[in-house]
Amino acid sequence: MSVQALRSGLLTTLQDAGRPGHAALGIGRAGAADGPAWRLANALVGNTGGEAALEITLQGPTLCFERAARIALTGAPIDASVGERPLPPWTAVDLPAGSVLRLRGMRQGCRSYLAVRGGFAVPAVLGSRSVDLHARLGPLGGRALVAGDVLPLDETGGIEAIDQLRIRRWGVDPQPWFDFALGPLALLPGSHADRLDAASRERLHRQPFRLAASSNRTGARLEGEALALAAPLELVSEAVLPGTVQLPPSGQPIALLAEAPVTGGYPRIGQVAAVDLPTLAQRRPGDAVQFVSITLDEALERQNARERDLQRLVQRVLDRGESER
Amino acid sequence: MAPIRCEPLAEDALLLHVGEGIAPGTSDRVLAATAVLMRALPDVECVPAYASVLLRFDAGSWRTPGGPAPHQAVGEAAMAALASPDAASPSAREVTVPVCYGGDAGPDLAEVARLTGLGAEEVVARHAAGHYRVAMLGFAPGFPYLLGLDPVLAVPRRADPRTRVPAGSVAIGGAQTGIYPDALPGGWQLIGRTPLRLFDPAADEPAALRPGDRVRFASIDAARFDALWAEPGR
Repeated sequence: MSVQALRSGLLTTLQDAGRPGHAALGIGRAGAADGPAWRLANALVGNTGGEAALEITLQGPTLCFERAARIALTGAPIDASVGERPLPPWTAVDLPAGSVLRLRGMRQGCRSYLAVRGGFAVPAVLGSRSVDLHARLGPLGGRALVAGDVLPLDETGGIEAIDQLRIRRWGVDPQPWFDFALGPLALLPGSHADRLDAASRERLHRQPFRLAASSNRTGARLEGEALALAAPLELVSEAVLPGTVQLPPSGQPIALLAEAPVTGGYPRIGQVAAVDLPTLAQRRPGDAVQFVSITLDEALERQNARERDLQRLVQRVLDRGESER
Repeated sequence: MAPIRCEPLAEDALLLHVGEGIAPGTSDRVLAATAVLMRALPDVECVPAYASVLLRFDAGSWRTPGGPAPHQAVGEAAMAALASPDAASPSAREVTVPVCYGGDAGPDLAEVARLTGLGAEEVVARHAAGHYRVAMLGFAPGFPYLLGLDPVLAVPRRADPRTRVPAGSVAIGGAQTGIYPDALPGGWQLIGRTPLRLFDPAADEPAALRPGDRVRFASIDAARFDALWAEPGR
């Protein structure tokens, strides 16, 4: 039993928590760009095993469900319907067999997550079902969904046969898990931030950048008045991470996202705080990106508090879903 | 030797600065430190680069009530491990990589010969005579950056990078040599090609070469290349 892609959407990939532990072999982590949204999508359908979900970019796919399935959509608010029936996001929905789920644009944000109860029965590669587009690793040969693809569903997630679509009466409040306000993002100091010239140092924290259309899962390309180093810097390749803000010779910074490479040779002028990385991943081309400095201690504290809240919420959602079975 | 310096990169990452630049001596220190840290801190991911080691950890599991911040705790544990005399020795594996030099397998060999002022045969002889070491992997899964290139063979990257370099291509980029594990875009000068499969995600050891491995190249002819390339399981 499976899901068939009738249309692929702009860029739809399978993603889970990613592929940690292999960076020394040149293998990046990949994984969901908005981790909390991915985790909450899974919680809403009752998944507890870090199941892969579909990460949908800007324009969604059309999917035909061969069997009845419980699904949930989180992340960017996406226009979704089955037949004439619009589907609410952040809510579990049971689809009867043969349902055609149409996912269209997003009013705001860049990435939505579609989780299915039981997950997709695709083989893990190096411990993960995340697609790494650049390395061509993961399910579907490490590529994005194309029309005609058939994704098998794990049979442990099967639900009883139903005649009609059923929308659960409760869901998750997207606040604070989706940033509707396009607020400033917390930025930790980068190794080479003090090598920027004085005007650029100020500009990094003052000017609103715009997210360029050439951004992708590897990096958010930021456009603005160019930043410059006070003096040229000879650097050798060194580790980079999701959130690392690099400054290529163009002077237009690149903030690395979930599919960050393992090494890079550009100056590192900042590090987006982990707590705000999902928010950055939700900015779409043309959106403003502004940074505000944060200390490592503050960043840790905020990330801790966010993680604690998320774990609590995931547990509540799982418990409530379980109690209704 | 300057002492190792510890820089927090992110909430869950530290960078240990071991030295500067691209040099075999610095790389050897990095690889030795990486081997010690991998043994001492099994739950920390250790990633060597030319002159530094990345330590990536789960901040939550390194937090203790009233204790130091996670990056401080990891940094202290790392420095303590590096100070201990019981240093683990890094990989002593030696891997021989068969290479078919020149011709279709190495379309830039003539250009490298021109740039170095050596004959093509001399370029091949010097490249194949070298003792190399994998300093790091990056760019693509399983792509080894090898140090130990004869300085005479150091040539600039191509002005016009290729959009597709064939899998197995052995190349020179500046003072380094490397091998493209897969068909990839690339700007290094291609002097040969190996039939060895450098990356196989389904294998127990997905990368044929690991940081610290010592590498020799062995020149093979086109017929031998074709035979090895056609072997099942390659």
